[in-house]
Amino acid sequence: MADVLRFRDDPVPDEPAVSLDAFLDQTNAASVRIEAGDDVRRLAPVLDRTKLVEVDFPKFRDGRGFSSARVLREMGYTGEIKATGDVLVDLLFFMRRCGFDSFAPDVPFDMDDVNATLSRYPYVYQPAADAAVPIWQLRHPDLVNG
Amino acid sequence: MYKYDQYDRAMVQARVEEFRDQARRRIEGKLTDDQFKPLRLKNGLYLQLHAYMLRVAIPYGTFNGAQMRKLAHIARVYDRGYGHFTTRQNIQYNWIKLEEAADLLGELADVEMHAIQTSGESIRNVSADQYAGAAADEILDPRPWAEMIRQMTNFMPEFSYLPRKFKIAVIASPIDRAALRWHDFALRIVKNDAGEIGFEVYAGGGMGRTPFIAYKIREFLPTGQILSYMQAVLRTWNRNARRDNIHKQRMKILVHELGEDEFRRQVEEEFQHFLTLHQDFPQAEYDRIAAYFAPPAFETGLSEEIDRSDPDFALWVDRQTVAHKAPGYAIVNISLKPIGQIPGDISADQMDLVADLAERYSFDDIRATHAQNLVLPHVRKQDLHAVWTALHEAGLGEANLDLVTDIIACPGLDYCSLANARSIPVAQKISERFADPARQQDVGELKIKISGCINACGHHHAGNIGILGVDRKGTESYQLLLGGSGDEVTTQAKITGPGFDEAGVVDALERAVERYREIREPGEKFIDTYRRVGMDGFKEAIYG
Repeated sequence: MADVLRFRDDPVPDEPAVSLDAFLDQTNAASVRIEAGDDVRRLAPVLDRTKLVEVDFPKFRDGRGFSSARVLREMGYTGEIKATGDVLVDLLFFMRRCGFDSFAPDVPFDMDDVNATLSRYPYVYQPAADAAVPIWQLRHPDLVNG
Repeated sequence: MYKYDQYDRAMVQARVEEFRDQARRRIEGKLTDDQFKPLRLKNGLYLQLHAYMLRVAIPYGTFNGAQMRKLAHIARVYDRGYGHFTTRQNIQYNWIKLEEAADLLGELADVEMHAIQTSGESIRNVSADQYAGAAADEILDPRPWAEMIRQMTNFMPEFSYLPRKFKIAVIASPIDRAALRWHDFALRIVKNDAGEIGFEVYAGGGMGRTPFIAYKIREFLPTGQILSYMQAVLRTWNRNARRDNIHKQRMKILVHELGEDEFRRQVEEEFQHFLTLHQDFPQAEYDRIAAYFAPPAFETGLSEEIDRSDPDFALWVDRQTVAHKAPGYAIVNISLKPIGQIPGDISADQMDLVADLAERYSFDDIRATHAQNLVLPHVRKQDLHAVWTALHEAGLGEANLDLVTDIIACPGLDYCSLANARSIPVAQKISERFADPARQQDVGELKIKISGCINACGHHHAGNIGILGVDRKGTESYQLLLGGSGDEVTTQAKITGPGFDEAGVVDALERAVERYREIREPGEKFIDTYRRVGMDGFKEAIYG
């Protein structure tokens, strides 16, 4: 089991994640594994029982998982989203912004690199799945979003 | 033009430090070359045949004298004294050292420039009409929207690793000077019947090995919804594109495979979802940006007279200047296609001169064009002779805009690791063949575009005459194409027939040009004649 970098305080879900089809067939499973080509919107009816979504990166250049995580957050999912597979530390900041809150990369991160990456950008230009306030809003503090 | 505030400065500076750290980790061996490659590409750094190449973004092709002087400084200090303007209104340097790249990016940041997302699988630098803010035919200046899109699309978290590159263009005129429909995503600013400003939206265009002309996917998009709409397009593509074959991952392939209607339906569905998230930028932010693009203080009461007693100057005025929206002013095109030279190349000294001229005569405003030329957008007609004299003395006085020697060419096998054949020597030979000014003027508008491989960086699909270099059993061979265009009647060029060697393709091209001169009707440009008579009207002349 790879080292996990986790940004949550709740207990770690301990049951193994199953495939999306298996997860939808069962009625009590709580951990699901999303492959790069899976449509996470299929989880909409069962989000209440979902505690952990593992999103796999078969290669780091496959960016579908970024959309999967953000779509899950837009659906209102508040459980854990874990990035697994070929995950590089340079992607960490953007992955956090898309809603990932735990990471189990094939090759463990160097913690100095983690801290450097996460503290690199002082601002963000656009909204994502996190609470960061976009630059335009800092420029116009009198306006509410939208 | 746009000025960075503290936020823009902080973001670009952070990017420099991020790259410095990544380059350090690569040099220390903590990153493999495979891992480093997409990171350096997102900062415009390619590994070419002989050295690293750095591509610097010139957002929507607009820059000023101080920035041009910095580009000259970079050419002298980090390169070999020259730079190369590209078909995406950017500039690239061919001889960069990895150890110096972060310092170079830091120097760019000092003048509010960067190389963010100029290559790799990212949302590229936004291109725009090079005459924006000066053209007599535009309904408004498209650059505030282009700058807004720059800020929306730099560092977009969800689209960090798109299937392939994504190119955007914005114009605001009925005449298309930006090859709109050859882009993945393109916007034409329009006014609807109610007098509201909005975007006509095109998607799914692109050149490369599988060329497609973009479809119009929306008649009218309210400007205030552009971020939602772009996110819908990007997400539809990011989630559904193939990931198993790099040659089939551009958005044009998805649009083609789904079909125009199904792609539009999926985008609209995602768009309605994004609208519910209320993430769009407010009008106040557009207004803030647009204020930077307020028209300069044009003088009134200027003379329209131009002293045409010097015939060389008169020829240049007729060929290189375009009507300006302000009386007494002209738009000046600077040719980077001197006879026999490398298209788009410019020396550091020439860059300094253009910077001087911009500051003195053009409200400190310079444009780069997708045809690899430069523009001084706001020159008083009474200053044209002084501008021409200075350009002429610096070797930049060629009068060949849109003529047969105003050739677009990719760097080709002289520099590029992807190329199959050289492009530059072919361009130089054609240029020399048609060097006679009278002959060029007689042939008239004829856009020649040369690519050294099927990736089509030299836009051969859009050439009135295109040339494609291929590798045929170890020797360079060239296919000739006719009938392409990047204007408002966008068409894709077709291959004439069997290929030629380097000397042969120049001869074949000349035969096509001569055939046009024989059969043209009064007032017809080459492309008009081709559209009238088709390939059959040329084939026999080319192949005999």
